Amino acid sequence: MKIGIDVGGTNTDAVLVDGTNIVAGIKVATTSDVGSGIKAALAGLLPALAGGRVSAIVIGTTHFTNALVQGVGLAPVAVLRIGAPSTLALPPLCDWPPRLADCIGDFRRIVGGGNDFDGRRIAPLDERAIAEAGRAIRARGLSSAAVSSVFSVVSPVDEQRAAEILRQEVPDLKVTLSSTIGRVGLLERENAAVMNASLVALSAQVVDSFKTAIAEIGLSVPFYVSQNDGTIMSADSVARFPVLTFASGPTNSMRGAALLSGLTDAIVVDIGGTTSDIGVIANGYPRESAVAVNIGGVRTNFRMPDLLSLGLGGGSRVRDQGIGPDSVGHHLTRDALVFGGATLTATDIVVAAGLATIGDPSLVRHLDPARIERGLDWIHATLDEAIDRVKTNAAPVPVVLVGGGAVLVSRPLRSASEIIVPDNAGVANAFGAALAQVGGEVDQVMLYGAHGRDDAIRQATGLARQRAADAGAVADTIEISEIEELPLAYLPGGAVRVRVKAVGELAEA
Amino acid sequence: MSSFFTRDQIADLAWGAAFLGAGGGGDPYIGSLLLRQAMLSVDQIRMISVDEVPEDALVIPNGMMGAPTVLIEKLPNGNEAATSLRRLEGVLGKTAYAVMPAEIGGLNALMPLALAAQLGLPVVDADGMGRAFPELQMSTFHVHDQRVAPAAITDENGSTVVIHADSDYEVERLARATVVAMGATCYLCCLPVSGAQLRISAVRGTLSAAIGIGRAVREARSRQVDPFAALIGYLRASPYYSSSYVLFDGKIVDLDRQTSGGFARGAVRIAAQPPQQGNMEILFQNENLVARHDGVVRAIVPDLITVVDRETAAPITTESLRYGQRVKVIGCSAAAVMRSAKALSIFGPRAFGLTDPFTPIEELDQQWASR
Repeated sequence: MKIGIDVGGTNTDAVLVDGTNIVAGIKVATTSDVGSGIKAALAGLLPALAGGRVSAIVIGTTHFTNALVQGVGLAPVAVLRIGAPSTLALPPLCDWPPRLADCIGDFRRIVGGGNDFDGRRIAPLDERAIAEAGRAIRARGLSSAAVSSVFSVVSPVDEQRAAEILRQEVPDLKVTLSSTIGRVGLLERENAAVMNASLVALSAQVVDSFKTAIAEIGLSVPFYVSQNDGTIMSADSVARFPVLTFASGPTNSMRGAALLSGLTDAIVVDIGGTTSDIGVIANGYPRESAVAVNIGGVRTNFRMPDLLSLGLGGGSRVRDQGIGPDSVGHHLTRDALVFGGATLTATDIVVAAGLATIGDPSLVRHLDPARIERGLDWIHATLDEAIDRVKTNAAPVPVVLVGGGAVLVSRPLRSASEIIVPDNAGVANAFGAALAQVGGEVDQVMLYGAHGRDDAIRQATGLARQRAADAGAVADTIEISEIEELPLAYLPGGAVRVRVKAVGELAEA
Repeated sequence: MSSFFTRDQIADLAWGAAFLGAGGGGDPYIGSLLLRQAMLSVDQIRMISVDEVPEDALVIPNGMMGAPTVLIEKLPNGNEAATSLRRLEGVLGKTAYAVMPAEIGGLNALMPLALAAQLGLPVVDADGMGRAFPELQMSTFHVHDQRVAPAAITDENGSTVVIHADSDYEVERLARATVVAMGATCYLCCLPVSGAQLRISAVRGTLSAAIGIGRAVREARSRQVDPFAALIGYLRASPYYSSSYVLFDGKIVDLDRQTSGGFARGAVRIAAQPPQQGNMEILFQNENLVARHDGVVRAIVPDLITVVDRETAAPITTESLRYGQRVKVIGCSAAAVMRSAKALSIFGPRAFGLTDPFTPIEELDQQWASR
């Protein structure tokens, strides 16, 4: 059996799963130390275990995203870029909001090295300048560094060599290499590496608190953390790559919704108190965003699910011209009419229509039927339009509804072939975490002209499989989940940017 | 009359340049950052009109050359443009009076301003096409027999290749090979022109037009009024883009891309937003070339076709088109100088392998209305 845990901003949800069946589920309040909330959730699940054996625990968390957005718990970072004489015009962090850049500090160097798109060298790696940077890092007492290099997605050797040299000077330095995190796009990848380096210390603490909570409850099983793309990583890698968890919350919820409904291709609508998050599940995984993702005002190119966030939830305020986007949020039980409050919310509309029993229905009996009707029309039309916007093709697609606000939907939607509200929809996120898989990815520029397309794709898929296996996937369950090719304009020789992703089942320890 | 370009206009220029890129010209994000860095210690850049350039003064059009997808990885050194300019001045034995954009579409609207900031030179409010095009001979300079060569191309090491050739097509061929040898990004200074020559060939006022387009949409959005009305309104009041139309409103339902001959070619199909019916198909080669509504041509190169987000009116480059995007298609007229018989032989439909004849967008619109 496996345990899935989702640590949200408000609640910590946990499920005990046997195969794909939910044996037990629990919801407790998230604690500021994270660990005691997890401990409470695990304690609540243990009775259901009934002598069975847990083989793995998978945790999803938005802790690191919140730390970055709020600028809390960030460590200063030594930023080293390899690529001179190119890239000097745009130094590291040149487009960061000043407040966040201040948290990172002012240690920024650009040294010689790096590659062209075809792997040719831009300049010899300047090992002396790197060693000198290492000594300066030691003198400053910095404990974390981010290293980026031009076209390190094609050849990571300069970043790797730089890390060796830095560690010779500062043996316990934590080094984040941009090639281990991001994609093509130097600034975005470097930003991601810097964010990661600034979160590494916090991450080690949080991982420790996970470990302690699990040990104190008396379980001795490996635990994993789910990442942005719905696959998992080991506790050790999350301590090194906290940024890869940035979107694990919505990803788990979408994956969970797909798995609960038994669908591999669907649109998932997660309706909460304030917003509805709408995303596409293709082949059982969330579709990823193709555009740069902004986190706390910083451009990144992380693997993130492509979500449309709509200002419509159970607590959305109702006015004559429409509903939302503002909401009474977690004050629903104080402000909504059905709870004796004075604010007309979306929840009041569905209760007044007799579609749900929440709070005291007698408190909304006075509402004008025409107004209720208009409200229901507006909710369904708005969702319909939003679902249609995220569709990947014109074919009718089933829609899976999860989240506490799922009661808002009571009618068929034109954009949906059917609407499914699965059992246990409230713990979809923890369920998604429990059943996360192991992945491996390749993203690099290849020359089709030199070896032909088939050969290039074979090479890329082989590498992706290898990376999935290295991450802990059982070899014969690994399949290629995604191949994307983007021809590079202007370049003869058939230069194409190729992205391949492989996923497989987590090997039992 | 001269005016001044200031830091707070960078975003407007980037927006307008993306629109005039007609799907190509590269995403101006990196260009905006480069210009912002170049203006850290420079408060303003003097923008002069073509008429202000003395008859015999030297003006050097310039811009980045290469693959937009490589530029986001291998960022510039920052001295490529100045080195190119100085070496070209050396070859010519003459000092530049001003710089100017070779093309106003995309990233290259911003780069000459960064160079102007670095060197303290004025920038001429004009370009050689009023849009973006993929090849060096595709400009109004070539139409008026003003030669691209000598052209100086510089990489991040400060290495420069100077091309002397009589034929602009030959310069294009050799420059393209140089770009690849330089790692697919480099800086080009070329087409040395005098004030007298500019008065014959330049497409005037396009820099301020790009800024104006960006400003019109930004102001409309901040006042929460229809950005499309503001955009079309601005274009209609401008000297070249005055025949402008929202050609289509719908959702991208098919996208076909391929690379051939070093270009990103392809087609996008857009289904109408109900209750409207029908489809629009747009063919592109880096830039959008022709828009057909249920098979009928509604706009064709060198007139401009730009796909924009249907909510925000933000321009979408051809490499960022995606299935499912809700878009509007905007078409507008090119400058009259771009529509002459000679101009059309250089960058009209046939130059891109299209068999449809060129018909001005305003005539196509009338034909469509009276179907």
